[in-house]
Amino acid sequence: MIDGVLGGPVDQDYLLQARQMQAMSFAVHIPLVCFGIAFPAMVLFLEGLWLRTDDPFYRALAKRWSKAMLILFAVGVVTGTILSFEMGLLWPEFMATFGDVFGLAFGVEGVSFFIEAIFIAIYVYGWDRLPARVHFAAGVPIVVAGLSGSFMVISVNGWMNQPEGFSVRGGEVVDVNPLDALFNKNLWHELVHMYIAGFIVAGFLVAGVYAYGWLRGRRDRHHRVGIVVALSVAALAAPAQLLVGDWAARTVADRQPVKLAAFEGLEKTTKGAPFTLPGGIEIPDLLSVLAFHDPNATVTGLDSVPKDDRPPTGIVKVSFRAMVFIGTALTALGGWFLWTWWRHGRLPSSPWFHRALVAAGPLALVALIAGWITTEVGRQPWVVYQVMRTESAVTGASGVPVGFAVLGLVYAGLAAVTFVMLHRFSRGPLEVEADAA
Amino acid sequence: MLPDLVAGVALLALTAYVLLGGADFGAGFWDLTAGGAQRGAPVRAMIKRAMSPVWEANHVWLIFLLVVLWTGFPVAFGSITSTLAVPLFLAGIGIILRGGAFALKGEAATIAEARALGATFALASVLTPFAFGAAAGAIAAGRVPVGNARGDEWSSWTGSVSILVGLLAVATGAHLAAVFLGADSRRAGRPDMVRAFRARALGSGVVAGGLAIAGLLVVRSEVPALYDGLTSGAGLVCVLVSGAAGLITLRLEWRERFEAARYTAAAAVAAIVAGWAIAQEPYLLPPDLTVHEAAGAHATLVALLVATGLGLLLIVPALTWLFRLALSGRLAYEENPRP
Ligand code: HDD
Ligand code: HEM
Ligand code: HEM
Repeated sequence: MIDGVLGGPVDQDYLLQARQMQAMSFAVHIPLVCFGIAFPAMVLFLEGLWLRTDDPFYRALAKRWSKAMLILFAVGVVTGTILSFEMGLLWPEFMATFGDVFGLAFGVEGVSFFIEAIFIAIYVYGWDRLPARVHFAAGVPIVVAGLSGSFMVISVNGWMNQPEGFSVRGGEVVDVNPLDALFNKNLWHELVHMYIAGFIVAGFLVAGVYAYGWLRGRRDRHHRVGIVVALSVAALAAPAQLLVGDWAARTVADRQPVKLAAFEGLEKTTKGAPFTLPGGIEIPDLLSVLAFHDPNATVTGLDSVPKDDRPPTGIVKVSFRAMVFIGTALTALGGWFLWTWWRHGRLPSSPWFHRALVAAGPLALVALIAGWITTEVGRQPWVVYQVMRTESAVTGASGVPVGFAVLGLVYAGLAAVTFVMLHRFSRGPLEVEADAA
Repeated sequence: MLPDLVAGVALLALTAYVLLGGADFGAGFWDLTAGGAQRGAPVRAMIKRAMSPVWEANHVWLIFLLVVLWTGFPVAFGSITSTLAVPLFLAGIGIILRGGAFALKGEAATIAEARALGATFALASVLTPFAFGAAAGAIAAGRVPVGNARGDEWSSWTGSVSILVGLLAVATGAHLAAVFLGADSRRAGRPDMVRAFRARALGSGVVAGGLAIAGLLVVRSEVPALYDGLTSGAGLVCVLVSGAAGLITLRLEWRERFEAARYTAAAAVAAIVAGWAIAQEPYLLPPDLTVHEAAGAHATLVALLVATGLGLLLIVPALTWLFRLALSGRLAYEENPRP
């Protein structure tokens, strides 16, 4: 265990508020990031359809989505900037001690941000001025940067859960190897899981907006194509997410057994451990199956570590369940669409399908945040798993609650204004230009 | 050697942010002071046109600076962010308000909405550079000790050096913005706007120059070590270059030669930043922590430099293309005002 180079733990009466402020900031940024991951690909797909069919309708829709993408990107940029500030404002000891271990990832991340910001501007502001193929090509780096940007941040988070690339000697960090830290063992499942989550969240939310319009009687081509494109993405991503989630659970079982125990609130180490469904129905052996693909496998319990080293189980348990339940439901909804599309070549016509779509977007968001709560709160009380405690990392500055309150108010205002503006935008007519080809 | 190179990269990022990000903030200052809805409309439209495609890219220099600092000099980063939590938090809030308001302004439906968002944008454009400047002043004045919030949370950044550097940051940003916007107006064929920005450029240029001189005097009485650095050797060269570039800029502005004035104005500001760095060399956090003491692990510094070098190979051509397109007016976002 390590205390930190700035002088070790300080008196901080508001550790909990600092954690909540961090969590709130993530909860604002990460949904926006989903659009940064998925929207560019969806917009490019539409533009590609236009290039192939010459149908100006696709161009108009792509252009419209790209404007929403730009607004969400800008809000993503400012909320991401706040996260970068908070790393230092809330956790200076963590940064001072480990900044040079995991920092390389953020360095590469900076490059991605540049590429993303540059090409998104060229793409969105260049619609009417650049030759069609150049314009399309300018969109490709945005898609790539969405992936590489996530890659790097997730690498840091993976490292916090699975710290590698250094040794601790005499309470000091030595033998730093930034590449080992970058490519830590938690990176891969987290990256793939988050990347797919981006497509699920963005896909279901966009489809939901159009499904809402559909239910209100706006049943035109614009709404039909909007649903089909966005939902196709989400419906393919959802089942894949179940497989990746299984991979994630097995990795956690292997490397963070206490976190896995928190998923079920499992007190004692158990052979053939059960799993409780929402509603309290206990399925025997299911946790063993989830974690090790073996009903008789032994699952480590919370009592394997001292009380002080256990994460809060209640919230982790609820979050994990919410994620799994929603993931399963979204897969079923996507399956309904894919089946109907495959058999009949059309959308399901039931209003219940459209109602479910409207609900699916917010639910996907809940699953996303729940997944992060599972990961982050399940890691507690460690900020760097089994190396540095969160209470050692926190700032000694006073005024954390004031900062938390101010940021909360600002974010509430930002969310409200963004929502109103996008809502208004979504109701404006689609402007198909006759001469667009 | 290695730490110096990384410090050089950080300085480069800082300079780019002061110039490009600073000009963006300055544009917000002119938005704030443009006058009523009717009278200020042309100036505001010019600002929006010039800023829209580039502000996000300009902003990334800040992120890049933060990342280089925490990776290359983690102890300094932790000390700065904990002691200077208040001004940095204010800067952060300013960034949210500003970016959010600017991005959403285009969707405003009524004059009242546009005005509320515009005012938020403009006020935050002044708050943020002031807060950053005050934080930089605190470091220069040696008020950030090593440790977790070991410096005073308030007095560290409310001294006269901090206040002056904060004002200087606002003024130089406004000046850069006026010069850049003047050049844009010329390219857009708007002689009325050229004249409007000429007056602003001259006015803000004089104010910025005056603040720089006042800053020097305050530094002389408050931080003698820094003053010595600024008045001898390479530090002195920087100060003289900055002064000379400032005077040339004013002359160019007088004759409405904004295209050339952009470069001299940028040189004047860059020279101040460089002069500051040289004057407090070898310290990162004077009076105790040197660049070498603050540096992170060797392997990380090497990797960071390699990554930055490779990254610049990608970024520079892309940025060049963006600025080319923007300056030639090929990135225009036609606002379709809705009733
Ligand atoms: C739309 C979002 C979404 C959906 C439907 C699911 N997940 Fe998830 N999950 C996430 C979004 C997410 C995430 C992006 O929020 C997390 C947080 C950290 C990470 O890597 O992905 C996550 C984390 C996460 C973790 C913790 C990983 C760790 O701590 O390293 C596990 C074990 C699972 N998930 C398992 C599942 C299972 C078994 C699912 C389906 C039945 C599932 N997830 C659906
Ligand atoms: C789930 C984890 C995260 C993912 C997948 C992610 C990914 C992204 C993506 C794709 C963007 C591009 C902007 C957008 O599309 O909205 C972005 C923006 C940003 N993110 Fe995150 N991020 C995550 C968490 C973080 C964290 C922890 C930090 C900092 C500590 C951070 C800092 C930033 C910054 C500074 C930006 C703005 C970049 C710019 O100026 O272009 N993000 N992020
Ligand atoms: C780099 C990628 C990271 C991601 C994507 C991430 C994501 C998250 C999320 C989503 C939450 C909880 C959300 C909620 O409760 O609503 C969270 C909580 C938290 N994160 Fe991270 N995090 C990252 C890095 C960090 C860093 C660098 C720190 C700094 C020490 C940190 C410290 C915390 C803490 C202390 C909490 C609160 C945990 C609690 O309430 O028990 N995380 N994070």
